[in-house]
Amino acid sequence: MTYEAVIGLEVHVQLKTRSKMFSRVGAGYGHPENTLTDPVVLALPGTLPVMNKEALDKIIMAGLLLGCEIAPECKWDRKNYFYPDLPKNYQISQYDQPLCRGGSVEIELPGPARNVMGEHKRIPLTRIHLEEDVGKLNHGEGVSLVDFNRAGTPLMEIVSEPAIHSADEAFAYLTALKTVMIYGAISDCDMEKGQLRCDANISIRPAGSTSLGTKVELKNLNSFSFVRDGIASEVRRQIAVVGAGGTVPQETRDYDGQTGESKSLRSKEMAHDYRYFPDPDLMPVRVGEDWKSAVRALCPELPFDKQRRLLRDYGVPYTITSVLVPDRGLSDFFEEAARLCGNPKAAANWIANDLLRELGSARLNLAQSKVRPAHVAGLVRLVETGAIVSNAAKEVFTDMFQTGDTPEQVVARRGLAADVGAGELERWCAEAVAANPKSAADFRAGKESAINAFKGPVMRAAKGRADPKRVDEVLRRLLAG
Amino acid sequence: MSEDLCFSTISELSRLMDSGALSAAELMGAVISRTKQVDGRIRAFNSFDEADALAQARASDERRARARAAGGDARSRPLEGIPVGFKDVISVAGQPLTASSRMLAGFVSPYDATVTRRLKDAGAICWGRLNLDEFAMGSSTENSAFGVTSNPWDLERVPGGSSGGSAAAVAAGEATAALGSDTGGSIRQPAALCNVVGLKPTYGRVSRYGLIAFASSLDQIGTFARSVGDAALVLGAIAGRDRRDSTSVDVGVPDYAAGAAAHAKSGRRWRLGIAKEYFGEGLDPEVGAAVQAAIDEYRALGCEISEVSLPHTKYAVGTYYIIATAECSSNLARYDGVRYGRRSERTTDAVDIFFKSRAEGFGPEVKRRIILGTYVLSSGYYDAYYLRAQKVRTLIRRDFLEAFARVDAILTPTSPTPAFRKGEKADPLAMYLNDIYTIGVNLAGLPGISIPCGFTRAGLPIGLQVIGQPFKETELLAVAGAYEGRCDWGRRRPKL
Repeated sequence: MTYEAVIGLEVHVQLKTRSKMFSRVGAGYGHPENTLTDPVVLALPGTLPVMNKEALDKIIMAGLLLGCEIAPECKWDRKNYFYPDLPKNYQISQYDQPLCRGGSVEIELPGPARNVMGEHKRIPLTRIHLEEDVGKLNHGEGVSLVDFNRAGTPLMEIVSEPAIHSADEAFAYLTALKTVMIYGAISDCDMEKGQLRCDANISIRPAGSTSLGTKVELKNLNSFSFVRDGIASEVRRQIAVVGAGGTVPQETRDYDGQTGESKSLRSKEMAHDYRYFPDPDLMPVRVGEDWKSAVRALCPELPFDKQRRLLRDYGVPYTITSVLVPDRGLSDFFEEAARLCGNPKAAANWIANDLLRELGSARLNLAQSKVRPAHVAGLVRLVETGAIVSNAAKEVFTDMFQTGDTPEQVVARRGLAADVGAGELERWCAEAVAANPKSAADFRAGKESAINAFKGPVMRAAKGRADPKRVDEVLRRLLAG
Repeated sequence: MSEDLCFSTISELSRLMDSGALSAAELMGAVISRTKQVDGRIRAFNSFDEADALAQARASDERRARARAAGGDARSRPLEGIPVGFKDVISVAGQPLTASSRMLAGFVSPYDATVTRRLKDAGAICWGRLNLDEFAMGSSTENSAFGVTSNPWDLERVPGGSSGGSAAAVAAGEATAALGSDTGGSIRQPAALCNVVGLKPTYGRVSRYGLIAFASSLDQIGTFARSVGDAALVLGAIAGRDRRDSTSVDVGVPDYAAGAAAHAKSGRRWRLGIAKEYFGEGLDPEVGAAVQAAIDEYRALGCEISEVSLPHTKYAVGTYYIIATAECSSNLARYDGVRYGRRSERTTDAVDIFFKSRAEGFGPEVKRRIILGTYVLSSGYYDAYYLRAQKVRTLIRRDFLEAFARVDAILTPTSPTPAFRKGEKADPLAMYLNDIYTIGVNLAGLPGISIPCGFTRAGLPIGLQVIGQPFKETELLAVAGAYEGRCDWGRRRPKL
């Protein structure tokens, strides 16, 4: 019997807003414990929540980018349960009227090779709703302390349909979702900072069947690779249980990424009754067409759409687009450089190879880079016109990265200008060909190595400042002509 | 003289202070000594800070002196120098905030409620913390964890509740005015039982930010005062949209006192409705007779009296106890011993902190309502209870709005009986029925006021309730003021 995995993902994404979901205090990561708090966040007696409009803007953008239907009204419910990290002992959330319904996430599966685009498909979404994050428990020896800095941070829950069928698809789904969130400046989705968290509902069924098996909820998938490995191991576990004649009980399991094992956390019988009811402290907020239009005007092009456009309009290789596209800033950088120099392939090479390498070794991000699109475009032009040779160009790039000087400034300062003008090079090459008719005839007869006979005289005439690649190009053109 | 100050209205005291015949510090001193003299018997206060109150009063006198020196109006603020007491569920920065619960014993609030900030801006002095039924759950103030407040008119009897401390303090001359909160009658019923004016504004008229929540969709802050005019002054100071409370409504705040005075001057003949459902079984005959006499007085004033029907009134108590308990079960979840308030000393882990702290911190009535509310919200019961109650609530509101198509205001008794004896209503259900005339107003979100309308033969006060249309507090105050002007019930003082 072969089995098919059926997986639905519940992804929590922290929104990148200045203040918290229901209070004016700032939201952020890495601050000293309990400094991002106020009477509202700490649920002091008498305090009331007030909705953060920026958070609503962000979820509306997420919904628009993912093709969801946006509810005409934002309604809030209370989800009641007791836990020390939940200051009010209820979470303000959305129960029966999520702000977004439907929509889908376009994913790309791994291709047959690194430089070949993989299959694309769409994973349908059930819903996206908005809620508030909880605080954090820090367990010490014999004492647990609560840090409420995270409490009240706007949190979006994105629920997929059970339409994911492998660990690779789940990985691709998360990757694609994260890229869309970053494109919309909706979230930074840094899993290490808890800005993106993922739970998986996993079941198996005989291949070809359309019924759903008993699902197991897998929690604590703390990194992209844990998501992939955790799901793969849970699917194997369920197949082994069923294969041995057993049944999979409905339960919640905790995944340990270090050991690759999971253990049961609670069974179905222990499920909470959250006693949802509409929050009487918050009036429903109307989400009109004008609001949606205003957000729509700010929506960026979707990453896969952009990738298709780079492939089509610029002729950039797939491998390079898959480096440029996941980073919205980097792909914008590329488009600007390509526009300025008119040579997208050359610009893409400089950015995807040299710029990323330099940024990586300097541990800088793109925004901190002194090299801007105009630097790259200028460098491409200098090489094209033969003003510098390609070896010198590498040196110019490294210098620009350190100093931020324009390529022209670097060339002048370091004396890297190719001594040969295009006219001079043309003349020396013509003279060398004219001086050696035998080698010219040999080359035209198909003896490839004969071309080297001309290069020595040309380089001597140029006193070594000619670009060998350009010398080769010019000679071939003359010999062909 | 000193006692007279303690029974004067805001307008009278303001005139004295404006003329320079009285300082805020003298007034505060008189109120403090009156409180020290009588509160041993009344126990209206959970706590007060004498030095702080006097310091506030001196600051008020300095403001007045500065204004005078600058040649301006000596009384630029409507409540300058007036001592206002606070029901101990409304937050004042630096003062205790206990809800009369062991759960919050010793808790000092670090922030001002919006009403507090507005009263301070109006020049008022934030006077002591007034007793209540724990977390405002009750109708007698017997549910306080700190002690029972006595009715100033008969110390053996309750002052009503839940804002019993606020009502008793104003009635006994221990505060010129007091703030309370009204979820099902908690301002109007004690006002009636203590012979003071109690105003519950329209839901959304006054910000709830800084009011300890009992039932969020019903709670509203209001005021106790010695006259309808005083209630208008306090309401004018505290009303208005607040960015910290999403349920506060953006409706302009008129000058209530001036508006009501204009109505009085114009001799407007009000169309007043009598709801027959409010004069049925359970109404004490003496209360019924006093309210009838008040209605006759209105008729004598030229008002047009007609009968209106509020057919869903009989469902009000049941509806109320489902919605109010559901909301309270969630609102009171935050009192868990983790961040503030009482934490049991005998705990083993986090869950144990919740269980033991709440078991020790809450009194029996609060526990009863949390359990009821948890039940009605439970999976499988939600539709049958909470959802249905919300539908009935809509019908109750519709009853009122239909009646208001024909009348300007509705007259009812505030409470079916005068003040009852302490311990008399041990059965929770008997206690709940004390609110039958007041809770419809909360369910419908309407403004209501209770004004003194007489005494029983035994000398117990009786209250008349006037119910108004949403956000028409000016008209409501004018109707109440028309009757008040023809009698002197409110000027009587209890013998202490």
